[in-house]
Amino acid sequence: MKKFMALGMTAVLSMSLLAGCGGNNNNEASGSDAKPSSSAASGSTGAKQKFAIIFKNTGNPYGEKEMEGFKKAIEESGDEAILKAPDQPTAEAQIQMIEELISQKVDSIAVVGNDPDALQPALKKAMNAGIKVLSLDSAVNADSRMVHINQADPERIGRTLIQGVSEMIGGEGEIAILSATSQATNQNTWIEWMKKELEDSKYANVKLVKVAYGDDLRDKSVSETEALLKSYPNLKGIIAPTTVGIAAAGKVLTDKGLKGKVMLTGLGLPSEMAEYIESGVSPWMYLWNPIDVGYLAGYAAEALVDGTITGAIGEKFTAGTLGEKEIIADGDGTQVMLGDPFKFDSSNIAEWKSVY
Amino acid sequence: MSMNNKGGSPAPTATNAAATAGASGAPGPAGRPTATPAPAAAPKASLSANIAKFRELGLLAFIVILAIGVQLRNPSFLTWENLNDIATNTAILSILAVGMMLVIITRGIDLSIGATLALAGMSAALTVKEYPGLSPLVAVLLGVGIGIVCGAVLGFLVAKINILPIIATLGMMNVFRGLTYELSGGKWVSAHQMPDSFKAIATGKVLGLNNLIVIAVVIYIVAYYFVNHTRTGRQIYAVGSNPDSAEVSGIKSGRILWLVYTIMGGLAGLAGVLWVAKFASAQGDTASGYELSVIAACVLGGVSIAGGSGKISGIILGSVLLGILNNALPMINVSPFWQNFIQGMIILIAVLINAVVKRGIDRNNLMRRRI
Amino acid sequence: MEPRLLQNKRDFSVKGFLLQWEWMLVVLFLAMTVMNINLSEYYWNFDNLRDATMSFLDKAFIVLPMVFIIIVGDIDISVGSIVALSSVIMADLYNHGVPMPIAMLICLAVGTLCGYINGLLVVKFKELSAVIVTLSTMIIYRGIAYILLKDQAAGKFPDWFNFLGWEYVGGIPFILIAFVVFAILFWYLLHKTTFGRKVYAMGSNLTASRFSGIQTDRIKIIVFTLTGLMSAVCALFLTSRMGSTRPNIANGYELDVIAMVVLGGISTSGGKGRMIGAILAIFLIGYLRYGLGLVNVSAQTLLIIIGLLLIVAVSIPKLKLGKKR
Repeated sequence: MKKFMALGMTAVLSMSLLAGCGGNNNNEASGSDAKPSSSAASGSTGAKQKFAIIFKNTGNPYGEKEMEGFKKAIEESGDEAILKAPDQPTAEAQIQMIEELISQKVDSIAVVGNDPDALQPALKKAMNAGIKVLSLDSAVNADSRMVHINQADPERIGRTLIQGVSEMIGGEGEIAILSATSQATNQNTWIEWMKKELEDSKYANVKLVKVAYGDDLRDKSVSETEALLKSYPNLKGIIAPTTVGIAAAGKVLTDKGLKGKVMLTGLGLPSEMAEYIESGVSPWMYLWNPIDVGYLAGYAAEALVDGTITGAIGEKFTAGTLGEKEIIADGDGTQVMLGDPFKFDSSNIAEWKSVY
Repeated sequence: MSMNNKGGSPAPTATNAAATAGASGAPGPAGRPTATPAPAAAPKASLSANIAKFRELGLLAFIVILAIGVQLRNPSFLTWENLNDIATNTAILSILAVGMMLVIITRGIDLSIGATLALAGMSAALTVKEYPGLSPLVAVLLGVGIGIVCGAVLGFLVAKINILPIIATLGMMNVFRGLTYELSGGKWVSAHQMPDSFKAIATGKVLGLNNLIVIAVVIYIVAYYFVNHTRTGRQIYAVGSNPDSAEVSGIKSGRILWLVYTIMGGLAGLAGVLWVAKFASAQGDTASGYELSVIAACVLGGVSIAGGSGKISGIILGSVLLGILNNALPMINVSPFWQNFIQGMIILIAVLINAVVKRGIDRNNLMRRRI
Repeated sequence: MEPRLLQNKRDFSVKGFLLQWEWMLVVLFLAMTVMNINLSEYYWNFDNLRDATMSFLDKAFIVLPMVFIIIVGDIDISVGSIVALSSVIMADLYNHGVPMPIAMLICLAVGTLCGYINGLLVVKFKELSAVIVTLSTMIIYRGIAYILLKDQAAGKFPDWFNFLGWEYVGGIPFILIAFVVFAILFWYLLHKTTFGRKVYAMGSNLTASRFSGIQTDRIKIIVFTLTGLMSAVCALFLTSRMGSTRPNIANGYELDVIAMVVLGGISTSGGKGRMIGAILAIFLIGYLRYGLGLVNVSAQTLLIIIGLLLIVAVSIPKLKLGKKR
């Protein structure tokens, strides 16, 4: 009996190892059919070139869509896409993945950074190995990339959100921000711009009372929202520039029957927010199309690898269905701008909620 | 699993007192629990009952002081609405704490509950998304069922293959979490994909109290009866306080272990469905790292990691303290960068005060015994 | 946390069992190597195998002292936070004008102090288990790091600091050399000194050890302090790897470290296990992750595989054992 169990265990072990191979096929196949002979790939002439994207963490629908767009662009060019994401959103795990990709001699790495600075040594190593490096969505610093794909101008995002909430509350009253973690670079940049927009005299009666951090956790975001409502009974509006935060706030406002009393806007996935936009808890919110962000990054990576662009200001490339894009300045570095954030309200949410 | 009440005794703290005595340097009585554990401690039942009341005194006093302090800073803390919110938000934690207490009493630990919770929650959410007409009760049962299967697997590994609980649950934590991601295909189940009847599980009310609170209270009542008044319940303590003598006295400790992990799994599955219904969203990384909060609630409540002791009243206090912390820290308007530090200090001070108070009681007790 | 059933099976030769365990790790390691070679053409390549160590060895420094803690029968889950705190203090001091070498020494001192505090609390409050003590200090230490840096990152270290995590000495990564040196030191400490023997004795029977004159409190404090120190060493290498630091680095390291220790055959019920097992486990998990990463296995599949590996690896010797009896 024990012997059989030992055998069974060994079988499970080998199966789990085989599962590794199976998983390999699945994920590799995300690039193309399978990997019949990637042995020729390292030469990078004639054979399929390998383009990798590293998202922040796995199991994130926003990231899945971004990677989907990336893969689409790469496959349109007839190359192979490698999609990677660590199980935890940490820079440490991304460094490990970059090392793995350098070993595989990929042609390009596109990364959605978990930390703007911490990937620098690893990405520099990649660039020294001849790999074209770009960041998208959440930028890495200018030294560790050749170009950044910006989903939307952070200034526009920050200012638009304040304009939106001000319109919702009639230009008067207390507002609060419910962000992701205190370390989230994108969110921190947007909040900076929100504060700058609030300095304008037309917001003299709009008061930002608190920036709370829900850490992108459901339970913590709910507690923070409840605390905002109780600590500031006169609160008129909440801006949540993160999907988990805005959905959690939407749920709290719904459950407490505060629809119409406390306004909610921010950035969120239409699928997560459909319920609260349709019910009117959040009159409208914004987001860009994550598929397009990935798609644009895919074409930018192709252009970097075939030499159309080097990441310098003024260079242009054609990004598939998105048309021609130009590289512009971004602080010390350069970037490609996707466009303006898209406004989701009750009139269009129904068609988008099933898309992403 | 025998649920009959023949060996039960009205003195709920008998074994606990024995374990207490063991901790204070007299290891003798700890080995005594047998199939009928109660009578052994009967002569000093009143004494041990008194001590037992005192055991959580430090913690209780601490909670009261903390609550007063928060109230002074933010008057909306001790309002009916806020207390209701605290109770609702703490319900899931406290349900998990019951299972974790049983596991820890048997000298085990379960690190996989966050992952079990996510797996059960995701399965239930995907099911109601596919079949919106389904009764929410079926979704709950499905979640509990998946949790029970997860727990039974753990129980098998711990009880039959003798893998250390920390390794078995650490390994299966990864497996369950991975399965959740595989199952969901990286997607979330969002509010608009869940039928209202499902979300109503967590928003509905019974007698003015949120369903979550009601469910937690019912579980606590059942658990109280189970650990204190059933033979199986008492056997859990016996297995934890002295496995060898428990085995000698005819307790099938393997079955007890199996049972304990299965209960834990079932509760984690239930918590998964409640979680998903409460937040109206199921993610792959739901409740990642939540196991540490649950363990903290247990240990704060005086459940000894060395096994054999732990009380329902203790874990209630432990859960309440953590619940208050989660609710109060955002409300007292400290810088978010101080929240971690303050939370850690409060937990540390709470356990230290509790330890010092216990020490005083033990010393007192020892002196009285000598007299 | 003490498993009861293991003790019932003490009657077999402990030595034989341990031998089996480490052999099994070797066999698993070979199997894993063969599998990885078959999976990816990039695996069996000196440069790649060498560079892979650079990305998984940072945690390994904490595994070494954690072996001692777990043999004593305790546990320390604050190590990830100690890494964060010592790293953040080092970076913050450097950015405020303290010379880098001094900042690095302070980093080590901070880690040592954190470990010492853990040890002191565990020893002074025996009724509290190490789990709850280090759980609270885990939150506190990281909390201090957040207070210091808030939402900022600190970095811009001198170029030579890059050396620790990225450079080679004679073609071998410096981090690997450092690890080998520390591994030998800790191996010696555990297996060749009276200190090591006392640690084993305490793990097997704490009370008996105390009565036989071992200063158990002192040894516990030393063991926790060593863990703090090695967490700071990890902080040095990790910070160099990342080139900058934030309060949220090394999140979740404690579970990775503990997983490696227990896979190495060190029993959480105390008193059993050998250093070589833990070292084998470090390389087994490290190269397994690397190999599967080379063929871009998804994170969720990787989770499942590592989880099953842990379970199956610890099950096989138990089953063989059962058969023998």
